[in-house]
Amino acid sequence: MGAIFAKYDIFGAFLVTIELAVLSAIGALLIGTVVAILRMSPVPVLQLVGTSYVNLVRNTPLTVLMVSSILGVSFILGLSWSDNAKTNAFIWAVIVLSVYHAAFVCEALRSGVNTIPAGQAEAARSIGLTFQQSLTEVILPQAFRGAIAPLGSTLIALIKNTTVVAVIGVSDAANLMAVIIENETGGVLVFGIFALGFVILTLPVGVWFTSLSRRLAVKR
Amino acid sequence: MSLKLKLGAALAAAALALSMSACGSGAGSTNLQALKIGIKFDQPGLGLKDGDKYSGFDVDVATYIAGKLGTTADKITWIQAPSAQRETLIESGQVDLVVATYSITDARKEKVSFAGPYFIAGQSLLIRADDSSITGVDSLSGKKLCSVTGSTSAQKIKDKVPGVNLQEFGGYSDCVTALNAKTIDALTTDDTILAGFAAQPANAGKLKLVGGTFSTENYGVGLKKGNTDLCTKVTEAIKTMISDGSWQKAVDANLGPAGFKPGAGNPPTPAACS
Repeated sequence: MGAIFAKYDIFGAFLVTIELAVLSAIGALLIGTVVAILRMSPVPVLQLVGTSYVNLVRNTPLTVLMVSSILGVSFILGLSWSDNAKTNAFIWAVIVLSVYHAAFVCEALRSGVNTIPAGQAEAARSIGLTFQQSLTEVILPQAFRGAIAPLGSTLIALIKNTTVVAVIGVSDAANLMAVIIENETGGVLVFGIFALGFVILTLPVGVWFTSLSRRLAVKR
Repeated sequence: MSLKLKLGAALAAAALALSMSACGSGAGSTNLQALKIGIKFDQPGLGLKDGDKYSGFDVDVATYIAGKLGTTADKITWIQAPSAQRETLIESGQVDLVVATYSITDARKEKVSFAGPYFIAGQSLLIRADDSSITGVDSLSGKKLCSVTGSTSAQKIKDKVPGVNLQEFGGYSDCVTALNAKTIDALTTDDTILAGFAAQPANAGKLKLVGGTFSTENYGVGLKKGNTDLCTKVTEAIKTMISDGSWQKAVDANLGPAGFKPGAGNPPTPAACS
């Protein structure tokens, strides 16, 4: 086991996984919030855009999205972020992970909105707040606090889903695992090391989000 | 005799019959009449599953060896053996033999035994037929290359060409798509795999191999560690296959259509089993 750690940069590979997860989580939160607002807006066209986004992205396999980013968009349409294949793949990986998980963030936020009694929105409107004001002052702050637990589940799923980026050649943990299995043969030990790595990443996230959801829950 | 009792007796008889037939089907796997052979399912020219048909050089070699072991083609069960699972399949007894572009390496020898080599492959380059700017591994600077995530070829090309611009994908067919779309300039891996893709009807005349080989991969037949008896029989079968001309025929039929000629050292001399 020591030999594998000495020969391969396992921590470096997990660092790439963490980079991917952090950047994509930020991206997914931003896009997901926008899509959630679209779905909740009073304008039917915007609602349709939001609903279509969620249904289209959520129901497409992540591997398909990932491969088509490079093979389809980057190679055939010529939309490339960098001439360096590695940099190009990394940027695409962050974008695809963000776009994909934004659909789940949107649904988590909507579940948070559903925890808010309808009277809150009606009260906000009756004191003369506009849609934008009631959204930013009344609805969203409560929605985020109510959605902490499902957002945590989405983040854990995102961390594990970063392994899919190995199909477009980003040097993450899953990529290194493929290298080690090729050179040293597969075995319980190699799988165990990488499984343990992901448990170390995701377990604290789960514990943290559970305690957050308890502390931040809106007491009614 | 009550109806209940009759029913009970009938059920017992049925259960007995079932358990006996289950025993009967399990007994066959101990002798070599039926063989489970692990191959690749997704590599044209080597091991390819098309509907319920299997074709390729590895499939032909495996069928020939099975024949010498006393197993007819219809008694072979083909099992998919992806690279990462080959040792596990052999160690757990899910396959008897693995004939799946399986390079003999020291690390793998610690877990499984090898018979062979039955072919000596080497890393090479596949480019578009109309591209004359790439002639070999020395003319790759500034070119975009493609290979499979984690593969030996992907690792070796990084050593051979420092600062190489390498795109990695999950499978070789993705690289071939990109090569045909002119978004990468060369695909690099074992010459056998490249020849298999070049020989595909869809790629006929569009792709060519260049630059010879710049590594040596000894393809062996993987089997359970320490099974010297089986290893010796398989080695004998490989020797006969080479000497009676079947080996050459299999190479020509599967890899030949694109003008591929086996590299130096072929046909190989199988090593003795230990």
